[in-house]
Amino acid sequence: MKQRSRNRLRRPALVAALATLVAAPFALGQTSTEEGIAKYREALQGGNPAELWEARGEDLWKAPAGPSKVSLEKCDLGLGPGVVKGAYAHLPRYFADADRVMDLESRLVWCRVKLQGMSEADAKKNPFGNGSEHKSDLEALVAYVTSESRGVKMNVPLSHPKEREMYAVGEKMFYYRGGTHDFACATCHGEDGKRIRLQDLPNLTTIEGAQKAYTTWPAYRVSQGEVRTFQWRLNDCFRQQRFPELVYGSDASIALTMYLARNANGAPYDGPAIKR
Amino acid sequence: MADPMKIRANLVGDSTEVKVLMAHEMETGQRKDAQGKTIPAWHITNVTATHNGKTVLSAQWGPAVAKNPFLSFKFKGGAKGEKVQVSWIDNRGDKRTDEATIA
Amino acid sequence: MRRLRWAVLSATVVAAAVLLGGCAATTSGKQDDAMAKTVAMLKSSFHERGQAKLDRLDQDETQRLCTDVGTKTPPKELAQKIEQINLALINWPADGKYLGDWKNGEKIAQEGRGMQYSDDPKGAVGANCYACHQLTKEEVSFGTIGPSLYNFGKLRGYGPDMQKYAYGKVYDAEAYNACTNMPRFGHKGILTEQQIRDVMALLFDPASPVNQ
Repeated sequence: MKQRSRNRLRRPALVAALATLVAAPFALGQTSTEEGIAKYREALQGGNPAELWEARGEDLWKAPAGPSKVSLEKCDLGLGPGVVKGAYAHLPRYFADADRVMDLESRLVWCRVKLQGMSEADAKKNPFGNGSEHKSDLEALVAYVTSESRGVKMNVPLSHPKEREMYAVGEKMFYYRGGTHDFACATCHGEDGKRIRLQDLPNLTTIEGAQKAYTTWPAYRVSQGEVRTFQWRLNDCFRQQRFPELVYGSDASIALTMYLARNANGAPYDGPAIKR
Repeated sequence: MADPMKIRANLVGDSTEVKVLMAHEMETGQRKDAQGKTIPAWHITNVTATHNGKTVLSAQWGPAVAKNPFLSFKFKGGAKGEKVQVSWIDNRGDKRTDEATIA
Repeated sequence: MRRLRWAVLSATVVAAAVLLGGCAATTSGKQDDAMAKTVAMLKSSFHERGQAKLDRLDQDETQRLCTDVGTKTPPKELAQKIEQINLALINWPADGKYLGDWKNGEKIAQEGRGMQYSDDPKGAVGANCYACHQLTKEEVSFGTIGPSLYNFGKLRGYGPDMQKYAYGKVYDAEAYNACTNMPRFGHKGILTEQQIRDVMALLFDPASPVNQ
């Protein structure tokens, strides 16, 4: 006998249920938003849309592209050419071929230029996606590479003098007060137990805070409908600090990443995650 | 053709649990852009899942479903190694079909 | 004998002074170098966009001093210096009137836009008070970076001295709490005088929801 079930908007009510889960803590106001979001994540087990980016990123890694029509499979992310597994947990780091410290995103740009023959402008184009008609290849590549470090303990080196310099400069930048509102990173991320509106803020001056925060980027940002990377996070922080725009893959972005990633050492990497 | 879905199918007891991630904008048709113009509706309208030629799920979706929707359901039956197929079609006539092997 | 001892003593003192002075110069020199490197890197890593020009990276004295303090409490002398500098920057209302319209004040407190490169330069500019403070009982979506301002006037009194203090605080919070996290809404031109008066009314009007 044929069996048919018509489910008008019933199954997708999962979405409505999830919406309630997230909305409920907001309505109560004082209860932890963290709890609500943790429940949301649990309900979404196996359903993090970031996996769609990871799959696309893996295809992009393996596909011949650019004027040289070469794949990224020989790209050295620090553990040897083509070694993706665990690589993110060791970044940022010094690269002798470039003679500078690079984070994952600037290293991907490097490989797209050196291996695939792209111009730097083309390699850096569209770093932050905007809908299915303006997808970002870089975002997908970041999602793929970081997914291959899931569970790996953060182990950012500080052995090369340039690595140490970047860390020191990153730390100074963290406390740099500027712009129209006198904001530094430390203004919002320098104390335990604070929040902006109802968004809990990690204290990035502590090891625990840095560990919890750094190991959950990149993440699928539900409010954006996109996977957002760490470069995006820094860029968007500075926008809200009323600073001018942070250049993608710039030294300052790498220095700050170095400071936070190194402070997260010891914690297992947990991304790509999902956030509001 | 639209971006591929991510499908996982697992046998749990005498049922098969299926989890599907779909890549779709799911534009409601009620949002306005910065200039005040309504952004046209663009969303999945029908979802069908089949197993061994039988339809195990048939859904009609509207603007209430979120972007990049996650669908989770189960049906009685299925065995390891058999295939589950999921298809969707949207209001523009775009469609996508993907399949997974029951683990 | 005495002259020799004195000569040796004074030579030692001078030598010590030179050593200490020299050390101090080297340490602050190193620090200045590190800071100079940081500033140079910052300037080369940003570009202007919208209303956010590169001069936003230039620090005034308060910002520079507070950067060195970090999240610690500034030592008493330094705190006094910063507070004095900023007290002198406050423009008090010419007519001595501190209060405006609380309904508008609530709008300003809720408005999170203004001064970002993504904001329309001709658009609304708010103080975003709720980002950091509780104000009315009704608004449950409030931050905790700053203390609760609920019942502000009711608890502290509605008198002119209290109004003046609060006006000064919103105009330039550094005048009262060196290296505070709070922006200097008046001095930095974020809010107009009228807007600050409206926020004052939100805090001090007995009819304001903050005082219910």
